Amino acid sequence: MIMSENKNWTPKIVAFCCNWCSYAGADLAGNNRLEYPGNVKIIRIPCSCRLNPLFILRAFQRGADGVILCGCHPGDCHYSTGNYFARRRMTLLFSMLDFLGIEKGRTRVEWCSAAEGVRFAGIMNDFVKQITELGECKKLEDVRCKTN
Amino acid sequence: MQDKLIARAKELLAEGKVQKVVGWKKGLFEDDITPAVFTTAEELDKDFVFNKYCKANLSKYLVKITREIEVAKSTTRMNNTMAKQRDPNAEDKPIPQAVVLVFLKPSDTYSFTQLLKENRITRGDVYAIGVPCQDTLDGGDVCENCKNKKPVSCDELIGIEADIEPVESARMAEVAKLEAMTADERDAFWKNEFSRCLRCNACRDICPACTCEKCVFDNNKLYTSQKVAETNFEESLFHIIRAWHVAGRCTDCGECSRVCPQHIPLYLLNRKFIKDINEIYGEYQAGSDMETKPAMLTFNAEGDPETTIVYDRSHDKEAE
Repeated sequence: MIMSENKNWTPKIVAFCCNWCSYAGADLAGNNRLEYPGNVKIIRIPCSCRLNPLFILRAFQRGADGVILCGCHPGDCHYSTGNYFARRRMTLLFSMLDFLGIEKGRTRVEWCSAAEGVRFAGIMNDFVKQITELGECKKLEDVRCKTN
Repeated sequence: MQDKLIARAKELLAEGKVQKVVGWKKGLFEDDITPAVFTTAEELDKDFVFNKYCKANLSKYLVKITREIEVAKSTTRMNNTMAKQRDPNAEDKPIPQAVVLVFLKPSDTYSFTQLLKENRITRGDVYAIGVPCQDTLDGGDVCENCKNKKPVSCDELIGIEADIEPVESARMAEVAKLEAMTADERDAFWKNEFSRCLRCNACRDICPACTCEKCVFDNNKLYTSQKVAETNFEESLFHIIRAWHVAGRCTDCGECSRVCPQHIPLYLLNRKFIKDINEIYGEYQAGSDMETKPAMLTFNAEGDPETTIVYDRSHDKEAE
């Protein structure tokens, strides 16, 4: 476990959610008053395959400590095949980040449908816990973008 | 060898089969060789050279040359149509036909095929001659671990056989060695390598797979290349994305590491992607044929594993 120097540190997490499943799932979680940490900043994307790998790196540059991509379950993509491409891309990108020595677990892909509000909240709680344990992201940070 | 190539090029020029020759040109010193375009027999006699220093992969130059040829053709066609509209009896101007002759070493033919596959080169405008690799003095790791690739997509071969038995090479050994390190060791290794990066963009400019008209690394308002990474984040960002953008299309020709003035082992990044694709999605050699779909442009709905496979198969010691 990496202890953070900053006592007030709380993880910053960017969640890219696909418009058709996971974003609606997040909505459902909200409607049902299910709690998940406020550290999770949700960014809506049209489809999980819209996620350019640059977005993930940019999120880290701007101070994110973890990035999670949520999309429709394989086979349920609104555009039929988008999440299959996303899966291949993210596999390769995560492998490369691992190869460069970035801690594993900072990035994750989860499939979450519009009906799975409970699951969405569960995923986010789990991911925030994981990132809190990992601590601040030091290996992929841009000192110029640090706000505090 | 050099005389043979010059003789054949002159023959094709004289027959009118080709109008331009892309080859290697003498420089001030023996090892100072640049790629060049020749149009006459005299130029070929004077400057054409083929020796162990001719390492440059010529396939990327064809993108621009064949596009110029195609633009000239379509401009003439358009002018003819417009002339017809003004005067129905106007005579058509002849469509300028041009073919460019190119010499490709076996590993270059893969880049060539990959570019053909991506429709970056018009096949009809190119006459490709396969030539053998010369004993390169310091071809670096890429030459040492060459797969002894057999030439593909050539119109003619001079001095090499079409069927070369592939040899077993240990080209993934170095990648595997890095994979076996701990995350912190890898981080330190790459931070050290990337810290030497000057951001000269040579790796990007030479790469036969990097043929975008506009690059994400360029300023899209001023059309200038970005220079000098300011923080180590920018260095990693550049190299991750550069390797990422050619993932599944990289033929492992090794030009990026050859031109790097700081000797950063960039081929390791590309090979990591090749290794992952081979291990997770099945053996794939970019540019080996025209039919196989690139790994990143296709998927297997049932067969592809979830992304967690990356962490499950990682050889990271920390996990144990």
